[in-house]
Formats: sequence, structure tokens, C-alpha cells
Amino acid sequence: MMILYGCLTLGMVACAMLAIRSSRLVVSSLWLAALSALLAVLIYLLGAARVAVIELSVGAGLVTVLLVFAVGIAGDEAAAQKPLVPRLLSWGLGLVVLALLGWFVLPLVAAPSPASQPSLASLLWEGRALDVLIQVVLIFCGVLGVLGLLASAVPVEAAKREQALPALEDGPESGPIAEQGRMQP
Amino acid sequence: MTFSPLTIALLAILVLLGIGLYGLLAVRNLIKIVIVLQILGKSALLALIAAGNASGQINLGQSLALTVIVADTVVAAIGLALAVQVRRQLGTLDARELGKLRG
Repeated sequence: MMILYGCLTLGMVACAMLAIRSSRLVVSSLWLAALSALLAVLIYLLGAARVAVIELSVGAGLVTVLLVFAVGIAGDEAAAQKPLVPRLLSWGLGLVVLALLGWFVLPLVAAPSPASQPSLASLLWEGRALDVLIQVVLIFCGVLGVLGLLASAVPVEAAKREQALPALEDGPESGPIAEQGRMQP
Repeated sequence: MTFSPLTIALLAILVLLGIGLYGLLAVRNLIKIVIVLQILGKSALLALIAAGNASGQINLGQSLALTVIVADTVVAAIGLALAVQVRRQLGTLDARELGKLRG
């Protein structure tokens, strides 16, 4: 069993690294989907079966579809760009944070299990009702985000056309279009 | 240190968090920044489940993890919409180009 946990962890780390280092965005999205799938298996083994199913369907499914769709619209721009922060400094900062967190977190031991715990349904609908309402609001925000993803560039073009119309009404001798015509040889 | 499933899960959380922090510092492409944020969100999700498992209150961990999944997905949707609109308006996905904008 421990070998399975270790393999899952190593696979997740490899997928995360490849998702960041891959030069193509579509390939990065697919590595992220693989990371989500492995994470769902690990969560299932830890005893959270319902969240594992939701993570598999949302994390590996919906988010990947959104990512591939966005890459299809925006284009798979090459990611071989010089990083904002020197790579060595990034690694150093990441390792320092990791070491500090590990220093504090790893000595934690499992606490004794309480005698009884409320069911997930009662926790969600009674104990955390406000969170559920906020989740509904968040989902509406997500829908607005998807609408923004689907919105075409027509409004911008229409605005440009509206800006060009007064210039045309003034006559062909004035306005930016006439100036453009004069500049052409 | 003995390796239990909880210890391995904690190691996975830490390494994913480190990779996410490195990615936030190193990546300039807007869509890839969304991918890095997803990795960080998955680290937080695993942390909540591991904490629920360790404290013996796995249902509480699951209910918190559900919120994280919803928030993470909304962040991805809105971030991708912003990236696509930036690409349409400015013609690039480079985060450094956004610093050159003037009001």
C-alpha cells in the first residue's frame, strides 16, 4: 500500500513539473489533467470518496476542457520566454518555503478519531449553509467568466466602426481614413 | 521518521506547493499562470483532505474541499476569460507586456 502511495506522489510531482516546463500549452493542460486524476486516486485512498469523484470530473474534466478551449481561442503561443525572476532564485525561494513548511508540518501525527462525526450532508446544509450559498454565487461568477471566454471581438470592432463613421460624414478630405489614404504611396 | 500514508500525503502537499511557488515566479504566459494556480489549488485540496484524515473528521475535510474545488474552478474560468480578452486586445499572452499599459 505504501508503494502505491509513493508511486502516486511521484507521478503527481512529475505531472506538475511537466505541466510547468512544457513549452506547448495544450500539452501542459493534459499534464494538469493527469495530475488531477492521480490526485483523485490519492484522495480516494485517504477516505474522501465523494470529493475524489468531484475532483476527477471537475479537475480532470471541466477545467481541462476550459483550458484547451482557451488555448484554441488564444493560440498556442510559445512559452520559451525568459522568466521574470532568475530561475535559480525561483528554485531557491521555493525550496526555502518548502523546507520551512516541512519543518513545521511533518512532525504532525494523526489525532485520535472522535467517537462520532456528522454526515457530509448535515455538515454541508446545516453547519456550513453560508459556504454553500457563497459557492452558488461563485458558480454564477464562473458562468460569467465562461461567457467572457465565449464573447467575440465584435463589440470592439463595432466601436471602431462607430469611431470611423463621423470621420466619413465629415467628408473624404478629413479624418483618419483620408489621412491613411494620403500616406499611402 | 516512519512513513505513513499521512506523511506521504504531507510530502506531496509540500512538493506541489513548492512547484507552484516556483511556477508563479518563473512563468510569464497568462494561461500557464492559470495552470500554476490550479496546481496550488490542488495542493490546498490535498491538505484539507489530509487534515480531515489526520483529525478523524474526514467529512469536515470533504465539505471544506468542496468549497476549494468550486473556488478553484471559478478562478480558472475567470482567469482564462481574462487571458483570452488580453490576447484579443493586446495580441500577446505575456504578463510582462501588461506592465507597459498606460491609462
